[in-house]
Amino acid sequence: MDKVIIAENLSLSYKEFETIISKASFSIDAGAFVFVTGASGSGKSTLLKSLYGAIEPRAGQLMVGGVKMNRISTSKLNFLRRHIGIVFQDYKLIKEWTIEKNVMLPLIISGYTKDISGPQVQKLLGHVKLIHQAGKYPPELSGGEQQRVAMARALAHNPILILADEPTGNLDEYSSEVIWNLLEGANTQLKTTIVVVTHRIPSSIKVPYKHYHIEMGNIHEVS
Amino acid sequence: MKSLKNHISLIIALFTVLFSVQIYVAVDRTIGAYENRLKNDYSIVVVSNKVLNPHDFKAMDSIIERSEPIATDQVLKRLQGEMTKKNLDLLKLTLPKFYRVYLSRFPTPEEIQKLQKKLEKNPGIERVEGYAQTHDTVYKLMLLFKDVVQIFSIAIAAVTSLLILKEMRLWQFQHADRMSIMALFGAPVWLRSAVLFRLAIVDAIIATVVLCLAFFLIDQYGWMDLLLRTVGISIQLFDFIHDGFRSLLIALGVSIILTLTIVIGSEEEE
Repeated sequence: MDKVIIAENLSLSYKEFETIISKASFSIDAGAFVFVTGASGSGKSTLLKSLYGAIEPRAGQLMVGGVKMNRISTSKLNFLRRHIGIVFQDYKLIKEWTIEKNVMLPLIISGYTKDISGPQVQKLLGHVKLIHQAGKYPPELSGGEQQRVAMARALAHNPILILADEPTGNLDEYSSEVIWNLLEGANTQLKTTIVVVTHRIPSSIKVPYKHYHIEMGNIHEVS
Repeated sequence: MKSLKNHISLIIALFTVLFSVQIYVAVDRTIGAYENRLKNDYSIVVVSNKVLNPHDFKAMDSIIERSEPIATDQVLKRLQGEMTKKNLDLLKLTLPKFYRVYLSRFPTPEEIQKLQKKLEKNPGIERVEGYAQTHDTVYKLMLLFKDVVQIFSIAIAAVTSLLILKEMRLWQFQHADRMSIMALFGAPVWLRSAVLFRLAIVDAIIATVVLCLAFFLIDQYGWMDLLLRTVGISIQLFDFIHDGFRSLLIALGVSIILTLTIVIGSEEEE
């Protein structure tokens, strides 16, 4: 099976003599659903950041989607990011743009015209039950609704990999359910690889998944 | 309101650059027109003991445009009462020939001296009067004025460019969230910065329109034209097609180059 993520002796840190993740080796198959858990400050988000190139490996090797993340060039990183969908705990929606345009962002970046991106966005807004809010702006929506918009945006360009950082951290039950259903749907129907960083794995998850736990800078698989 | 304030700051800064450039152009035109007027009024007086025709003068130096003999009749008429006809005829025969030599352009003082020496080398030419000293003062004054305006324009352009850079930095901070979100989804730097370029282009167009409007009002009011006419100069202060187009190009050039500086600078910081 193809590997979407390969880490070998991966060390991550923000400063030179600091270690957040130490010599981690793991791999994630294409189409897998993976949870990464750990206590606050354990390095879960740092690991996720390294997967979309926000921080570079301090040591070791990291490959994402066949792209080497060590000393990656801006153009290669942009190329990789155009094939990844990211969901953040704080949504990261563009406040000055409508919900519809926010969902359209990855498609705009990939150069799709409105004829193609328009129906795709409408379909996704339907999936996240926000079609009636398309013309509104993010500050006009609740936290749960904003996260559903962020979820629709992450799926808009049919990415090979979705990275989600505490996607349901502050959400109500209904919005959490919509988010998990969408992630499960993308994984089972589109074979999208999903990596979710979370405190707690939801009990409602129906798909088979892999579970990694981070503790004291070490990553180990939980069977 | 805040956004409008930012736009106005950039529009004013760009307008100042365009206005200083246009003032320099207008001064250059005024000096050009004045030079032309001086050139028409200016001539060299040549005293020769033999008859010289315009072709002879033109052959001496390419700067010579035309020449005309200075009639001596008036001087001789004045002497009619004091001298006998025989002496007067004799004087007429021995009197040298006077010529007024006009030049094709307004010469520098060095050119006058050079020309003077060149003419004096010609056999037959006894004396050349270039009025170099008078000419020198006027010319130097004009050059000084032109230089002062040029330095002033450059200083204004430099200071306002710094202000524009600062303004664009503010824009960048204002749009930093949007730009960083776009970067997370792989937007290339030009797409992330498209909003900055769009703002810069719109403001460049507005600044050019304001400049055209300002010169239209100056033209309508007519005081500048009146001022120039008092010194015998008539020029077009602002040509709406030619100058308007050049101003638009300058405004677009300045704003795009400064936006690029900001964008490239921020990319390096990343």
